[in-house]
Amino acid sequence: MSLSQSQTVGLILPDHLQQVEKNLKQMTKQRTLYSLFSIALVAFVVVTGVKVADSYNAGSFQRGLENFFDYPIDLIVEAWEAGWVWPTLLVHHLPDLFNTINIAVFSTVVGAIFGFLFSVLSSKNLMKNEAVRQFFRRTMDICRSFPELVIAMVFLYIMGKSLVPALIAITIHTSGALGKLFSEAIENIDKKPLEGLEAAGAGWWQQIRFGVITQALPLMVSYSLLRLEINVRASTILGFVGAGGIGEALSTNIQWRYGDEVTAIMFLLVITIVSLDYLSGYGRAKLIGLGEK
Amino acid sequence: MASVSAVRTMSEQVTFDAVEKEYKKHSLYTFVTIACVVIYFIFSTVQFNIISSFDRWNGERGSLFMLDMYAHKDHVSMKWEKPEETTVKFEGGYRYDYFNPDHSFGGKILPPEWFSKDAKTGVSIVNFQNGGSVILAREEVSLVNWPGLESDLVFKRYDDGKPYVVGYENRELELPKWIRVTDNKIEVRPTLWERVQLYRKKVEVHRYDYGWKFFFFDFKSPLRDFSIWQALGLVFSGDRIIAEKSNLNLVFTEIKDNELWQHGVVWFALLETVIMAVLGTLIASIVALPLAFLTARNVFGKAGLRFFLRRCFDFLRGIDMLVWSLIFLRAFGPGVFTGIFAIAFTDTGSLGKLMSEAIENVDQKQNEGVESTGASKVQQHRFGIIPQILPVFISTSLYVLESNTRSAIIIGAMGAGGIGLQFLGALQTGTDFENVAYMAIVVLAVVIGMDMASSSIRNRLIGMDQIKLFAGVKQ
Repeated sequence: MSLSQSQTVGLILPDHLQQVEKNLKQMTKQRTLYSLFSIALVAFVVVTGVKVADSYNAGSFQRGLENFFDYPIDLIVEAWEAGWVWPTLLVHHLPDLFNTINIAVFSTVVGAIFGFLFSVLSSKNLMKNEAVRQFFRRTMDICRSFPELVIAMVFLYIMGKSLVPALIAITIHTSGALGKLFSEAIENIDKKPLEGLEAAGAGWWQQIRFGVITQALPLMVSYSLLRLEINVRASTILGFVGAGGIGEALSTNIQWRYGDEVTAIMFLLVITIVSLDYLSGYGRAKLIGLGEK
Repeated sequence: MASVSAVRTMSEQVTFDAVEKEYKKHSLYTFVTIACVVIYFIFSTVQFNIISSFDRWNGERGSLFMLDMYAHKDHVSMKWEKPEETTVKFEGGYRYDYFNPDHSFGGKILPPEWFSKDAKTGVSIVNFQNGGSVILAREEVSLVNWPGLESDLVFKRYDDGKPYVVGYENRELELPKWIRVTDNKIEVRPTLWERVQLYRKKVEVHRYDYGWKFFFFDFKSPLRDFSIWQALGLVFSGDRIIAEKSNLNLVFTEIKDNELWQHGVVWFALLETVIMAVLGTLIASIVALPLAFLTARNVFGKAGLRFFLRRCFDFLRGIDMLVWSLIFLRAFGPGVFTGIFAIAFTDTGSLGKLMSEAIENVDQKQNEGVESTGASKVQQHRFGIIPQILPVFISTSLYVLESNTRSAIIIGAMGAGGIGLQFLGALQTGTDFENVAYMAIVVLAVVIGMDMASSSIRNRLIGMDQIKLFAGVKQ
């Protein structure tokens, strides 16, 4: 009797822990409900979505699945038939590829410069003026929200076909996207060096130069590398609407149904994207390691 | 300065020198980097022909584009010998004649207030916003009260049909710059807002005005003369405008079937784009999560399978979304499926890679704790790993969803359909820039809306547990 009594006494938890346990039980119940609900929701969205999609698609889903491999096989067969000419096609399209990559690099560099300016003007710890900060925040939001394609098409209409609309479009988008990331990086820096610099009588620019850039640069460069990768893809896509580079070559060759050329360009693209992916990943890993040091 | 350095101790001096050296090194690096960037800029400016590209900048096209985005235009056209047949058409559309009863619902014509026509003589007057007006009469067109003109100008035509300015025969150069006289045509264009073109056979007057006209109800609509607020008021009033339809139904269908703005088409395209993004991301995340478990080193031991799945992820990710969409475009034809699968394939790769890395980086302690209670392998993963990666999984998927909204627009423009294709179509007509602006706003709204939705869900999920667990606990 006394033993069991002491056991119950031992089991009685302090008030706040009882509350926690009650909360936990409630949460478990709630969570099961939520999980079931979200699974049902996902299933519903998938099923109805596919139904809606199927009813409005030009071709049917079934036939699409059957034809799925037709095009890749056609392409590969044509590439095979081209034989030894195929490798020369790779070389033939290198200048286009160079243009595409150059668009991406140029607009990433310019976009990063603008993004840096935006981010300095929109970070809480560097810009004390609320109105200026909000203005640059909204500017960045707008720059970021428009897909590159939309901006590029407008400039293509005004300027005619050339590489420059793609440059402008990607630069605008990049400066918005990088500006936001940069400003987050700047807002997360250690405050102490800034305070030290201020105490030593450093001006605004000197504070940025010695307090902010020294801390945030590795992260900024790593974000820019990530962006470079995205921009190569973007500049390829812009080629499709007439902004030049390898995208334009791909789109014309698809229209002319030159399977060998199409495979050559796709091959170049995939190689470029994969190698850039690895390079930027490697660079980022190094940079972030450097930042921690 | 010298006195300061004099009192420095030895060790301070060493540090000072080291800092100075480091600073010089850094300055050199900075200088070299900036120099490289400048050289690259110069090289690229030449390579891209940036300067000559800007020479091709079509300023007039640009400003017309801008003007058309927030203004609408009406065409008044007259044949020289038949002023009584003068027509006034909205945007010059052949089905939008203000004075043609066939073009309006129930023959209720709606003459614009800036236009007046004398029924007897056929003389019509077009009043412009700048205070001036154009009077169109038989064989005679005059600019009256025109700002910048000392006296009214009268245009007539010779017997062979060539138009001329009365009083300025053979002295065309003395006219203001904005009146251009050529062999077949006189063009009067003081600003972009007004334009008078006199041809050998007819006279065309373009008058721009602010705003998007007929945005809700188009020319033929029974609700044309109502503003949107009046129309909404009608919804709650009893009297039916058309007997066979309720007012709510009427207002909705009239807005949806607006011929000029094509709201129905735009909404549907919007739905398509959202379906592409949501379904693509959902499929990708549903497929990627189990595969990521199989790929993670700490869950599944088979190195061969792991290697194979890793390369699969690389393959899916490496072939760009663009290339996938081209392949699917051939298989499924233009439509939503193309977009869904292009997104799903690419993101299965990227989500799979990210998630397998997240699973490999989970805290092993929780797993070990579950193991120590005697849980089976599956239970260990269920209670040891999934609770840790689920928030990461959901927030990553939501991030991907955000970026996929943009991707869906782009894939759409490449041929998969949706708002991207509508936008491209509107832009390529080269005239409907108000539609382009409208769709640009819609695109912006969708992107921002999806961003906000996903970030609010993310914020709600993260940190919610902590708050709930300690709810009502007194500290």
